[in-house]
Amino acid sequence: MPEVRIRKIATAIEEIHHEGGPPAETPLLRGAAMAVIENPFAGRYVEDIQPFMEDLKPLGLDLAKRLLALLGGDPARIEGYGKAALVGAAGELEHGALWHSPGGYAMREVLGGAKAIVPSSKKVGGVGARLDVPVTHVNASYVRSHFDSMEVGLNDAPRANEILVVLVMTTGPRVHNRAGGLAAADIVGEDGLR
Amino acid sequence: MSAQIRKIAVWVEETHSEMGRAISPPTRKAVAVAVIANPFAGRYVEDLTPLMDIGAELGGLLGARCVAALGIEPGQAQSYGKAAMVGEAGELEHAAAILHPKLGAPLRIAVEKGAALVPSSKKMGSVGQVLDVPLGHKDAAYVRSHFDGVEVRLNDSPRANEIMVAVAVTDSGRPLARVGGLTHEQAEGKDGLR
Repeated sequence: MPEVRIRKIATAIEEIHHEGGPPAETPLLRGAAMAVIENPFAGRYVEDIQPFMEDLKPLGLDLAKRLLALLGGDPARIEGYGKAALVGAAGELEHGALWHSPGGYAMREVLGGAKAIVPSSKKVGGVGARLDVPVTHVNASYVRSHFDSMEVGLNDAPRANEILVVLVMTTGPRVHNRAGGLAAADIVGEDGLR
Repeated sequence: MSAQIRKIAVWVEETHSEMGRAISPPTRKAVAVAVIANPFAGRYVEDLTPLMDIGAELGGLLGARCVAALGIEPGQAQSYGKAAMVGEAGELEHAAAILHPKLGAPLRIAVEKGAALVPSSKKMGSVGQVLDVPLGHKDAAYVRSHFDGVEVRLNDSPRANEIMVAVAVTDSGRPLARVGGLTHEQAEGKDGLR
């Protein structure tokens, strides 16, 4: 099994006070933790890639823990999450899909039982490409106020033989959310949807 | 006049390897950005004193955010830099007023000492544009291993009537520095140059 070779780790935090409307009493925090890793399958077609998911688990947990710490360390404060992967040009989209399980379950583990599916995106891109990471509520995917996203990227990654893997968490709804729909206060919380 | 802050963002990156060589301990850079309202957007104002005062406020705030994000003592900071990007309803001179007269002194307190000039750049730009923050050794400008830069950008900033103000701090030089010149260990740090 190939080891996960990490070139870089980066974190980003945005503290959003307002967006032209009334300033929030508590600013919304959006955080991201990401790693630039070597793609062990770059440059050739490999049929059996699933063992790499297992290899990625410790990295997923490390990034999830860093991210939670960045946002203050209290799992109860995390209301939204998402994940994404950006595969360098010598890889294929399918390699990015390997991040689903280790990234998602790591966040659920550190948050102690979030119910909703972790939204995700993936793409192939060059050095400096930007990745829009989708975000939804951690317990009920239909909560409209928490549909959000965070853009991330590094000027020097991913090189052709690399993958950028990302986790994102937020501490609340969009800063001036007023588009209606299911409210976080009305979550039933059984099925991860409503 | 104090800064009207819409957003604060902090980015940290660690380089663990480059060209297959391990970097131990990893080199680390932090950059903190404030997105503020430009009080003089859309009109010519002769006296830019209020922007100079905002510069003083942000130099301390953003310098401290960087040091905190790196988890270091102020004295462990090794290099720094500053930059500003003015939205299209402002003028380049607004960036100069924030960066040059008063930002440096509180930044130097945040990183302890800081005998060297704080390297800087400024430009006009629109939302999502890249701002490159130059980096130089904080006590001896000729330390060659610490000439570097860090890129920062926010997909939603600066809007036309805003200014993005960035301060960067590191606890290290380039990952595989080997072009000679004065070293961190050799620097006396008295005159700000050597």
